Amino acid sequence: MSETSADRAAARPPISLKELPGTILGAVMTLIMGAVDLVLDPVQRVIGIKRMAYIFLLPNMLIFGIFVLTPMAMNFYYSMTGGTELFLSDRQFVGLDNFRILFDCENHLQPDTCDEDLFWRAIYNTAFFVTFQVGGMVLFAMITALILNRGIKGRGFFRSVFFYPVLLSPVVVALIWKWILQREGVLNAIITGLGGEKILFLLDPKWAIFWVIFVSIWAQMGFHTLILLAGLQSIPPELYEAGSIDGTNRWQAFQHITLPLWMPTLFVVLVLSLIRSVQVFDQVFVLTGGGPGTATQYIVQYIYDTAFANQIPRRGLAAAASLVMGGVLLVLTLIQLRLGRTSEAA
Amino acid sequence: MTMDQVGSFLTRTRDGSRLHITDIISYIYLFLGVILMFGPVIWLLMSSFKTQAALIEFPPKFLPYAQQTVEVEGYDEPLPLYQVTLEDGTQATLAQVRRVGIEAQMVDPESPDEIIKVPIDQREQIRTVELAWNNYIEPLERFNFLTYLKNSVIVTTVATLITLVINSMAAFALSKYQFRGRDAIFVLIIATLLIPISVILVPVFLVITQIGWNNNLWGVIIPGAATPTGVFLLRQYMLTIPDELIAAARIDGASEWRIYWQVILPLTGPALAVLAIFSVMWRWNDFLWPLIVLSRNELFTLQVGLNSFQGDLQIQWHFVLAMTVLTLLPITIVFAILQRFITTGIATTGMKG
Repeated sequence: MSETSADRAAARPPISLKELPGTILGAVMTLIMGAVDLVLDPVQRVIGIKRMAYIFLLPNMLIFGIFVLTPMAMNFYYSMTGGTELFLSDRQFVGLDNFRILFDCENHLQPDTCDEDLFWRAIYNTAFFVTFQVGGMVLFAMITALILNRGIKGRGFFRSVFFYPVLLSPVVVALIWKWILQREGVLNAIITGLGGEKILFLLDPKWAIFWVIFVSIWAQMGFHTLILLAGLQSIPPELYEAGSIDGTNRWQAFQHITLPLWMPTLFVVLVLSLIRSVQVFDQVFVLTGGGPGTATQYIVQYIYDTAFANQIPRRGLAAAASLVMGGVLLVLTLIQLRLGRTSEAA
Repeated sequence: MTMDQVGSFLTRTRDGSRLHITDIISYIYLFLGVILMFGPVIWLLMSSFKTQAALIEFPPKFLPYAQQTVEVEGYDEPLPLYQVTLEDGTQATLAQVRRVGIEAQMVDPESPDEIIKVPIDQREQIRTVELAWNNYIEPLERFNFLTYLKNSVIVTTVATLITLVINSMAAFALSKYQFRGRDAIFVLIIATLLIPISVILVPVFLVITQIGWNNNLWGVIIPGAATPTGVFLLRQYMLTIPDELIAAARIDGASEWRIYWQVILPLTGPALAVLAIFSVMWRWNDFLWPLIVLSRNELFTLQVGLNSFQGDLQIQWHFVLAMTVLTLLPITIVFAILQRFITTGIATTGMKG
């Protein structure tokens, strides 16, 4: 029996409602792309096929040039200017004064003796935060990845559960926890239920520092777990089979097979999380606002406050501080690139 | 039955093998993880449906209870209902008119003329589980929430479209053409990974102001549109597309632009989809840059708007919680649908803004 065209038309309605937005979008795209083609076709005739590559690169490189490369170059000059004006032409050149202000301390280990005590406080706060946030997060991500790598039922489900907070915006994450940690919040309800006293978590410096670290581990752990899990799953199972024939126990297998082969992924995760951790800002900004006092004020917030939030903006100083942070990030990234290359070669 | 047999019964699994003690520890860890990861979000969801009165209650209840009210003749506002133990020991359902010190003045809804005085410890609220949809509806009318939502949707969709188009154009050039300076440009693009926005905040703000994009959504959209990760991901994917397809299209007389969008783009679908998901996530959740560029309330994105609400001296938690739920809803829905795709996508590319 042959299928007539009428049958086919009946079986497939011209456009269903579900396909409508896609169809419209497709038509618009065709129209736009066709119009671009009309413009570019003569261009191609003039410059030839090969040089069309520059045309394709143009929009991307324009944005890179204007919003990344030029600002980066300007940053160096900007950090050597003073005054409260925004535009470079209105600012006077002050040489390395901004750096001198930043680094002028009687004792660099004591922020109180520094000209710019907030900067040094921010640096030490950030160092403390990075150490414990990265340390704690990588540790728990490792444990979670190892557990998920066992023959666990519903692995996909658990993997998604741990990953879910990664997708939430920092503002949302901060508000979720602010609500839990507030004076009349559910955590204090649990504590008083167990016979304890209410704790002002976000007003006590020690607790605020703890929760800021805890919340950012909570929010980011799933991402690193996922990469570590992928690293574990790329270890060939034959190695474990060969090991069990040789009579190795679980701990020995972990020590001599898993750990060495996991190392490259582990280092990548470590450096990636370091780079992110140094730039901590939004979650903390919403959760504690840097407080109480300056207990949770970190380096990006120092830059933001100095350049934008304070009544008298000191943008040259902020640019100098951002260059200092950029230097730290550069070192971390170079380590990562190096490790990435060695792990690819391995 | 000995304890040993009980143990073996409990740990027997379907395929006959026994659960090892480490398996049990693993499952306990994972279930605690589920509570820790989902618990706070579920608590937010529950709280967002509570009335203002229920929100300040301590200790809080899990479910959103609301006090029942009743319309009583002679009173403009609906009155709250209480279960009351009267002096003679009988129970009655009364509506409270007002509270004076430790005494409540109450009426029987059936005979509203007679005021009954009751000590406040002799009465108990009558409450039912009720969702306070008002938390969701009222901010839509009273605040700029819909404007913030509109701005976020505009920024997210426009920025993602631009990112997809220009990144794929650059990737096409870098993967399918031999031209002078190709490798240098590629290295330059990858090198910009070293320059996160937090390092160049001040000069980018200067550039934006010079262009006149201060307090303009374009100022939020454009600077981050040329993502090095996107170019890299798409280039790697396009390298796997055979060059013969392009040669054949050229013989058929197709222009280079036509080859790009009718031959290469359709074949890059999976990589484009991964980049699209990430771009949506980056843009929807972006905070620091919009916070700097946008200072006029009617231009705020959701994240900046939410932050400004919670910064009020008196946080109106009943509104803030509901709006937080609305803000995390789109991402949650996308994740629920695409979670397998997203998690494998990240595991293979290692992308995160």
